[in-house]
Amino acid sequence: MIAIIDYGVGNLFSIKSSFEAVGADTVVTSDPKTIQNADKIMLPGVGAFEDAARKLKESGLGEIVKQEAAKGKPLLGVCLGMQLLFERSHEYGVHEGLGVLKGDVVPMKGYIDEKLKVPQIGWNALKFTKESPLFKYIKDGDFVYFVHSYFASGCEDSVAAVTEYDKDLTAAVSKGNVYGCQFHPEKSGDVGLNILRAFSEL
Amino acid sequence: MITKRIIPCLDVKDGRVVKGVNFTGLREVASPVALAEYYSKCGADELVFYDITASAEGRALFTGILRETASKVFIPLTVGGGIKDVSDFERVLSCGADKVSVNSGAIANRALIGEAAKKYGDQCVVISADIKRVNGEFHVFVKGGREDTGLHAIEWIKRCVGEGAGEVVVNSMDTDGVKGGFDIELLEKVCAAVKVPVIASGGAGSKAHFVELFQKIPDIDAGLAASVFHFGEIAIPDLKKTLAEYSIPVRI
Repeated sequence: MIAIIDYGVGNLFSIKSSFEAVGADTVVTSDPKTIQNADKIMLPGVGAFEDAARKLKESGLGEIVKQEAAKGKPLLGVCLGMQLLFERSHEYGVHEGLGVLKGDVVPMKGYIDEKLKVPQIGWNALKFTKESPLFKYIKDGDFVYFVHSYFASGCEDSVAAVTEYDKDLTAAVSKGNVYGCQFHPEKSGDVGLNILRAFSEL
Repeated sequence: MITKRIIPCLDVKDGRVVKGVNFTGLREVASPVALAEYYSKCGADELVFYDITASAEGRALFTGILRETASKVFIPLTVGGGIKDVSDFERVLSCGADKVSVNSGAIANRALIGEAAKKYGDQCVVISADIKRVNGEFHVFVKGGREDTGLHAIEWIKRCVGEGAGEVVVNSMDTDGVKGGFDIELLEKVCAAVKVPVIASGGAGSKAHFVELFQKIPDIDAGLAASVFHFGEIAIPDLKKTLAEYSIPVRI
């Protein structure tokens, strides 16, 4: 059973449906017991970092996710859910994340060529930088769907794939039992479903 | 490198796809769910569902279909038609839409884009405009192109983006339905005016028109069409192959 953490950020319909499409059992939950009893944890998220980080903190769910990850339970963060795994974000000020992974979430503006549009919206290719169980059913160069204005930096120990948008930006992370996708696997067609399948089979 | 997107648009009325669909080998040609699955398999990068229903019953059917599609098709879904206030955003987003396209609703309710962007994020809000030349100026039209609002199109789009629209669909009424190619002049002006993704609509009649679009306007992000895809005049895998031959980045 995969616990999809419901902390009041974004709509979880697509993520739940996509896990179901690969035959995974899921539960959308904000109940600590259910999360503790699940085999795996999926942390979703869209919108602003500060708001999401505050909701995770105030609900106590952030602490539970950290504790479960520390026990070795597989954890997958998607989009903002991935960014929240890092130590800090520099989105409208500096805000603390869960600190499960080392690194900072920083703006694309000022880093990439200013002629490029921010957010990056659309399909871009993955370039693997190391092996990860998440990539069991996909290959280097496969396309996935991105919508983001910030990216994870200083995460050399966890980055598993980058995508080229003028510069190489962190696209996926994988370290021990902790995984993350900056892109949306639930919106990335068969490639995305295969990533979720690999996670559900861990 | 980010790829250029190819987007089929489905007009849905009372739960069925209208405007004629003519695929050989596809039995349920009017089923939005079946068509969405078909396009997704063909390599469509995104889908637009446009609700042209007027009745409450039709609207309920539409959201049911949206929910079913979103549970089976895992590419981005944009929904437009009848979006008048933030509760309409909530209605379609909760059924699995990723983006919401606002057209005349943004003109009738000038606060809508700002409110929706604040609540759901810029990436969720798409401004779609029907644009036509009037005495050498580009004007925004509403009511299916019957009414000239007098709004200057480029100014209107800039304003909407300034308020939080994260993407722009430019539908040229002058080229729509003619199948003579996209409205390059208008699209260039829009691309020069805003720094969010711009989607070209209206005028696609052949693969060459898509090649022309992406070659002449490097900043354009996507090409949208309906009937040329629905009638099989352009097959998406074939179109993408041609674009790739012209070194236009596409997802294959």
